[in-house]
Amino acid sequence: MYGLGIAKGLAVTFRNLFRKPFTVQYPEEAVPQAARFRGEEFGWFEERCTGCASCAKYCPLGIIKIVTHPGGSNMQEGQSYTVDTFDIDIGRCMFCGLCVEACPYDALFMGSGFERGQYVRDDLIIPIEELKSAERRLSTWYRPQLEGKNYHPHKDEPLSWEEVGRK
Amino acid sequence: MPIRTEPITVNIGPQHPSTHGVFRMRVTFDGEMIIDVEPIFGYLHRGSEKLAEERTYTQVITLTDRLDYVSSMSNNLSYVLAVEKLSGIVPPERAMYLRVIVAELQRIVSHLVATGFFLNDVGALATPLMYCFREREKILDMFEMLCGARITLSFMRVGGIFQDAPSEFWEALTDFLEYMPGYIDEYERLITGNEILLSRTKDIGVLSSEQAINSSISGPILRASGVKWDLRKADPYDVYDRMEFEIPVGTVGDNYDRYLIRIAEMRESLKILQQCVNQIPDGPIRADTANLIRPPVGDAYGHVEGPKGELGFYLVSDGGISPYRCKIRSSSLINLTALKDMLVDTKLADMIVTFGSVDINMGEVDR
Ligand code: SF4
Ligand code: SF4
Repeated sequence: MYGLGIAKGLAVTFRNLFRKPFTVQYPEEAVPQAARFRGEEFGWFEERCTGCASCAKYCPLGIIKIVTHPGGSNMQEGQSYTVDTFDIDIGRCMFCGLCVEACPYDALFMGSGFERGQYVRDDLIIPIEELKSAERRLSTWYRPQLEGKNYHPHKDEPLSWEEVGRK
Repeated sequence: MPIRTEPITVNIGPQHPSTHGVFRMRVTFDGEMIIDVEPIFGYLHRGSEKLAEERTYTQVITLTDRLDYVSSMSNNLSYVLAVEKLSGIVPPERAMYLRVIVAELQRIVSHLVATGFFLNDVGALATPLMYCFREREKILDMFEMLCGARITLSFMRVGGIFQDAPSEFWEALTDFLEYMPGYIDEYERLITGNEILLSRTKDIGVLSSEQAINSSISGPILRASGVKWDLRKADPYDVYDRMEFEIPVGTVGDNYDRYLIRIAEMRESLKILQQCVNQIPDGPIRADTANLIRPPVGDAYGHVEGPKGELGFYLVSDGGISPYRCKIRSSSLINLTALKDMLVDTKLADMIVTFGSVDINMGEVDR
């Protein structure tokens, strides 16, 4: 019968008219984030970092800049390199997480933010000072030790450098 | 009195709301009938193949995400299969199952997007698209649980996947398998059999099986033309040989068939997902490989049945840490070559509809 398909379609639309919307009104309301969310605001722990620069070499875009000098002290391994510069240019970062995967000392973590807007591109370079002092909302991406604790970056308190290691 | 008309050539795109990206067509009309079509692409060229030559094998995975950004998982899979063939790495069982699971989820995502945008092009503006996006969102949420990203996933690694799935993923997947058939029924009630859709799509943009084979196209378009060809059956990779599923084929090869095939394939994907969930063993998820892979000198071709057709990576290794050459056989580009066969002798109004039914992704066409 002509028009039957249209009537059936309209019935579906009509039924959907009265249910709760699936959408949320951002920014008043945000959809919940998964614990593994790969976002900006990298978590970096000076105490754990040895300055090995694996992360910099592993980054497909080469946007991590590390400058070190020998003779510093590292709280895990004793004598080691002091990290002078550790800049991440998140203006070019694609949040692939390979740098985090490469870090053998659990010193680098993906962050869980996504709202860092800037007017100037240069403001998107995160310098070492900011990494040191940032409030760390660590993503559990590629960090099974955090996942084992059921850690969630937005529900739990920030962790200290001793708590984030594999041991 | 017949009016004598001159053929007129119209340029459509690259900035056209319904060309699915920066795609340009030079179309010659005789009155309202199309007599010639010339697709022009390259506006989104990023040189992925060249970039791959100076990245390590693992880093190239991030490039493959950006080919067909609606189906990153399939791209990842195709690439890692090629590298595994090249270097002789065998992934563990659990990883193979998880790969099939995510590849099928990705197929559903891609078909939902294809169906939604196709109906958008037909003129059902936004309503069916929003229905389709509702379920797509659920799958993207699952991907976020798995690997922290929604579009550019970088989920797979050579020799497996990067990390095991968290427990909430399995819960979400079980729920999804329960409610998704109902949602597909809902789309069908909304769309299939609708007279307006039928009159806009039936017997329009017909591609015969002969033309389809001759232009070497693949995927749902080929199957809609009545050719039973699916790499998941023809050359099974990972654990597809253990799965039971049908290959839906069309009869006419028109726009409507292409739509029906996509709906049917979503149902088949759900079947495969259910079997994977039942069969998946415990165990490791990544073979013991170094981060820096140095495959032996040689070449290999890995391919998958992606949502849009056969997606293949041809890699040549010179024994170094990055591919010597990486050639991407992109399904969208080759499917586009059949566009002229579909469009000639149809009307201007059907042009965008037919184009929508091909379901291309410019990221993959231009690479
Ligand atoms: S997330 Fe990826 S792109 Fe960003 S710094 Fe790390 S490796 Fe580089
Ligand atoms: S963050 Fe990790 S990989 Fe990068 S320099 Fe420090 S220890 Fe090495």
